[in-house]
Amino acid sequence: MQLSCPMPKLDFDKITLGHGGGGSLTNKLLESGVFDLLSNPHLDQHHDGAILELKGQVAFSTDSFVVSPIFFPGGDIGELAVNGTVNDLAMCGAKPQYLSLSFIIEEGLLMTEFWQVLVSIKNACEKANVQVVTGDTKVVERGKGDQLFINTTGIGQILPSANISMQRVNEGDIIIVSDVIASHGIAIMSIREGLEFESDIKSDTRPLNGIIESLISEFEDGIHLLKDPTRGGLASVLNEVARDTRFGVYLEEKSLPIDEQVKGACEILGLDPLYVANEGIFITVVNSDIAESVVEHLRKNSNTKNAAIIGEVVQDHPTQVVIKSKIGGRRVVNMIVGEQLPRIC
Amino acid sequence: MKHVNEYRDEDLAQSYLKQIKELTTQPWNIMEVCGGQTHSLVKNGIIDLLPDEVNMIHGPGCPVCVTPIHIIDKAIHLAEEKNVILCSYGDMLRVPGASKSLLDSKADNADIRILYSPLEAVQIAQKNPDREVVFFAVGFETTAPANAMSVVQAHQLGVKNYSILTSHVLVPPAIEAVMDDEESNINAFLAAGHVCTIMGTSEYGPIVDKYKIPIVVTGFEPVDLLQGIYMTVKQLEEGRSELENQYSRVVKTDGNQNAIKIIKEVFNVDNRVWRGIGNIPKSGYEVNEKYASYDANVKFDVSIADTPENEDCIAGDVLKGIKKPQECSQFGKKCKPEFPLGAPMVSSEGACAAYYHFHLAMDRVAQ
Repeated sequence: MQLSCPMPKLDFDKITLGHGGGGSLTNKLLESGVFDLLSNPHLDQHHDGAILELKGQVAFSTDSFVVSPIFFPGGDIGELAVNGTVNDLAMCGAKPQYLSLSFIIEEGLLMTEFWQVLVSIKNACEKANVQVVTGDTKVVERGKGDQLFINTTGIGQILPSANISMQRVNEGDIIIVSDVIASHGIAIMSIREGLEFESDIKSDTRPLNGIIESLISEFEDGIHLLKDPTRGGLASVLNEVARDTRFGVYLEEKSLPIDEQVKGACEILGLDPLYVANEGIFITVVNSDIAESVVEHLRKNSNTKNAAIIGEVVQDHPTQVVIKSKIGGRRVVNMIVGEQLPRIC
Repeated sequence: MKHVNEYRDEDLAQSYLKQIKELTTQPWNIMEVCGGQTHSLVKNGIIDLLPDEVNMIHGPGCPVCVTPIHIIDKAIHLAEEKNVILCSYGDMLRVPGASKSLLDSKADNADIRILYSPLEAVQIAQKNPDREVVFFAVGFETTAPANAMSVVQAHQLGVKNYSILTSHVLVPPAIEAVMDDEESNINAFLAAGHVCTIMGTSEYGPIVDKYKIPIVVTGFEPVDLLQGIYMTVKQLEEGRSELENQYSRVVKTDGNQNAIKIIKEVFNVDNRVWRGIGNIPKSGYEVNEKYASYDANVKFDVSIADTPENEDCIAGDVLKGIKKPQECSQFGKKCKPEFPLGAPMVSSEGACAAYYHFHLAMDRVAQ
């Protein structure tokens, strides 16, 4: 991928405080290929902001990315920053169109690494069919950041037949997850200092707007709710659904799709996969009569081939998520308190 | 996952449940000693599946819960005042000390690192020769070999800036302390499978003989627990008191001789104070004289007075199985995982946290 976008020859190999100063060094950084790399008619204006034409209802979302380390199995912070906001817009039933892109760089970041992130951003934008139309770059002193933080904000028009909201969730609705859970969080854990373990586990970061668009065009308002279970995992979004709809959420543990390696890593690390982060899956709450067809539709797409019905919306235990364990017992799945801390034994 | 999936099999679990129900003719109080077993019982919903007569009582086997406040305060003091890199297992971080937890101290800029193995702490010591590195060596017999190994390894590598702050406790004296308590009313024990993997089962025979109670060494997966409970109820109903081993696929009578050898190399058995319970004779490990230079208590002459527990907290009674978490007046009110009054509300293996997360809410569901 990088071969098609070689890094321009520069007279600096590290980013310094001066590159965020707004003066000639900043221009040097941006003109050293950043503008070329992400070029589109809006960005090429080099204006203070982008002037866009939008019609009808628009979804608007923002997200900041502070993942450490910035390169991980299956992706990097750049790809994550594009996909994260693209997916948030898609969950609103929108077609993501334009992104803003802001960097907060810790001085000393190698230009080769920054370039690699930029190329990832370019590729991710192409894949998701979105454009970066405005942005900002700041550099902070060493120790005041962690290599690179990125914020992206995005807008996109609501798809004509989409009608997605918490208010549309009803008793008897079926809950579907689009693919295997917990891969992103475990991929990051596998390379964290002090925790390294060998595995083939890769982050699931990917744009979901394509599959969401096809889902909505096929099933229209039969799709009641879409949510992506990123930080806090599946347990947190399902608790939000239960809390905000005042219904209960009932899950079956044996239906949860999870990769065997990820499951093994969770066992060893003492983590509950329900609370581990995801970056490339979503849950959808749908009319019960279309649930099987939705799963069938999703399974035809390689990004959602492990889609499965995992539970339903019920009158019982309002505001609570209850899971039936593999052996038939029941327990409540709560929101996580702070971070999951590994157990002693 | 082989060796896991078959122990979470619904049909097998239901078959044991059916057999337990058929066997049980009267109420029995069975204590599972280990916090890992408490966690699994509650997480898998086993407590609600058992017949009412089979009353599972949750024991003191949560190492985080029984680490005295003054040792936590000492760890915080070392990290904050002595410029030590303090390494710990993750569980320990949220446990409240006298005024704060290690997590609070980390937020206050102390260098506190979460590790999965003490051997990583030795590496950190090698990489930071100008700093002292202390590993917070907490746990039952299960974690003792790795902690001892780190000391031996540091010694062999000539790493002098490494030491361990021990709060090591032992299961057999805890069982005796529970049995000797006048208020406790335990009919049988599930012994902790992982502890016995290290130590073997021979220590438990004398306890069975002394107190005439069944002890069944049991694993942690749902089918393990149900089979262990079945074996225990069978003994009770037949009037037997024997030592049995449900977890024989892992636990051998003699345990792991290499692990026992390294424990004996580094540690002495000594008296120990258990948070919430008090002093139990010969119930813990201390670093022996040979390795005294790796003992943080010797290396850093810090004396910290013990602080009494929050007076609303009944952790001691919970740990001895005299009371259930929900019998505490503050359970789920002033005391929650976000703001724990006592340690059992912190660790995922603490009975209060397990009940709060999985059980209290089930009661609300039932209402």
